Amino acid sequence: MSRILATSGTEFRIALRNRWVAISILLMALFSVVLSAAGSSATGTIGADRLSVVVASLTSLAVYLVPLVALLMSFDAIAGEVERGTLPLLLTYPVSRPEILLGKLLAHLAILTLAVAVGYGIAAAAALLLDAEAVAGLPALWRLLWSSVLLGATFLGVGYAASALARRPSGAAGLAIGIWLGLIVLYDLGLLAAVVADDGGLFTTKVFPLALLANPADAFRLYNLAASQATAAAAGVAGAANTIPLWASLASILLWPVAALALATAAFRKVTP
Amino acid sequence: MTPTLTLQCLTKTYAGQPALSDVSLTVAAGERVALLGHNGAGKSTMMKIILGLIPHDSGSLQVTGAAAGSPEARRNVAYLPENAAFHPALTGLEQIRHYLSLRGEAPSLAMALLERVGLGHAARRRIGTYSKGMRQRVGLAQTLIGKPRLLVLDEPTSGLDPVSRRDFYALLDGLASEGASILLSSHALTEVEARTDRIIILSGGVLVAEGALADLRRKADLPVSFQITPKPGFETDLAAALPQATPLSGYLSLSCRQDEKLPLMARITALADKIADFDVQPPSLEDIYSHFSKRAGQ
Repeated sequence: MSRILATSGTEFRIALRNRWVAISILLMALFSVVLSAAGSSATGTIGADRLSVVVASLTSLAVYLVPLVALLMSFDAIAGEVERGTLPLLLTYPVSRPEILLGKLLAHLAILTLAVAVGYGIAAAAALLLDAEAVAGLPALWRLLWSSVLLGATFLGVGYAASALARRPSGAAGLAIGIWLGLIVLYDLGLLAAVVADDGGLFTTKVFPLALLANPADAFRLYNLAASQATAAAAGVAGAANTIPLWASLASILLWPVAALALATAAFRKVTP
Repeated sequence: MTPTLTLQCLTKTYAGQPALSDVSLTVAAGERVALLGHNGAGKSTMMKIILGLIPHDSGSLQVTGAAAGSPEARRNVAYLPENAAFHPALTGLEQIRHYLSLRGEAPSLAMALLERVGLGHAARRRIGTYSKGMRQRVGLAQTLIGKPRLLVLDEPTSGLDPVSRRDFYALLDGLASEGASILLSSHALTEVEARTDRIIILSGGVLVAEGALADLRRKADLPVSFQITPKPGFETDLAAALPQATPLSGYLSLSCRQDEKLPLMARITALADKIADFDVQPPSLEDIYSHFSKRAGQ
């Protein structure tokens, strides 16, 4: 445990010096401010409290931003050590590879949690200031916060796996962007196209819900929208969110971080210094 | 007493190319062993196998009584990689504190370690601003953490100036006298000459020579060369008296086998009144090294 903490302490310091802490907090804060400013005009008519509406918008934002920040922080984790030539020495220390990964994960996750908390905090404060009823949305906000951290953990793990597989930072960066595009953007577009082509057939009723659960980002969106009061305010997968039980999307967002870390460990074990 | 390091018939092949063939070796506690060889002779491969960083194909090895790379072995072995590298954003102090924590030692010992390698003044500067020699010292400082029973040092003195080199070897002497075994690699025999108990020469992955410097010198049996400067007017006399000598500009050069050395000296001494100056050149360390390296077909 002390070795994991020592590793995360050092990693946090490095991220602080490399401005990753500042960049991720600023990014989340900026987007949250823009989002709450843009969302404030359209409320009133929906009937939900202001914070619940903000949470619904933040969910859509987090689906894009949290994986992106997580992948950007993690792609260099192992490939960078290989390129700098620091890995052989590290691996002669009495510290195991899973311990190294967990140490890095702890540091990166702390930064991500900080960024997400600051971003959501700003949006929530704005909502609470303008609407006294907004307190009703606090449970949804809390749910969004911890599920965002789990989503971040998943993509940090995926990033470490990409980093170990690529072995070079440039290759790892490419792989990370590819993963983000594939899982966050193209995956949904592909499913949408398939649903439209299928026109209510077997794919839409059987495969589509499973495909949503299989993608950590979609499961995150499903869970937050299904659990939120403001389902009606959300677009896109809202229909699907009603047919998939809450426990299924919860299980997916809980299992994915474990699976991603297992994947990263397996990939890291294959790296010979 | 069990040796700190034992290799038995160790073999490693990279993509069909033998990197190490049938290498056997033992290193006792407190022994300083130098590993010599050209680039690609197998020095780094051997070190990485000992550290458990890469697997070997056949043969066996024991590192401080445990399997290479096992947690037990890693606790007892310190490593200094060739061109030691660290994260440029950390300061020397932070880096050493980190390594201390990983070995379960108090991070507060970091400053003392850095002072021991002469880096106290730069401890709070980022490693990114360090020179190569300073990075090498950070690498050296981390090998001193805890009480390692075996130090594996890959070209430890590259990048160090002659004074630092001497300090470095003095540090090693201290460690060895406390019972630590030291395995260090080098390109040059001249450098490790007086500083190690035993020399091992690898060539093309084969252990071609092993022993103290005096043993290697005897085994190589390289010719001794003589330079004789005749007194003015005696050039032709002297050349006639020593027909095997090669006349060069102003002096005569001749060489002989080790066992012919004394008789030849006697003959030269007999010609003393015709000789202005006289020099004996034993085979240089570089000659001995290349003799063993070449013999293996390099």
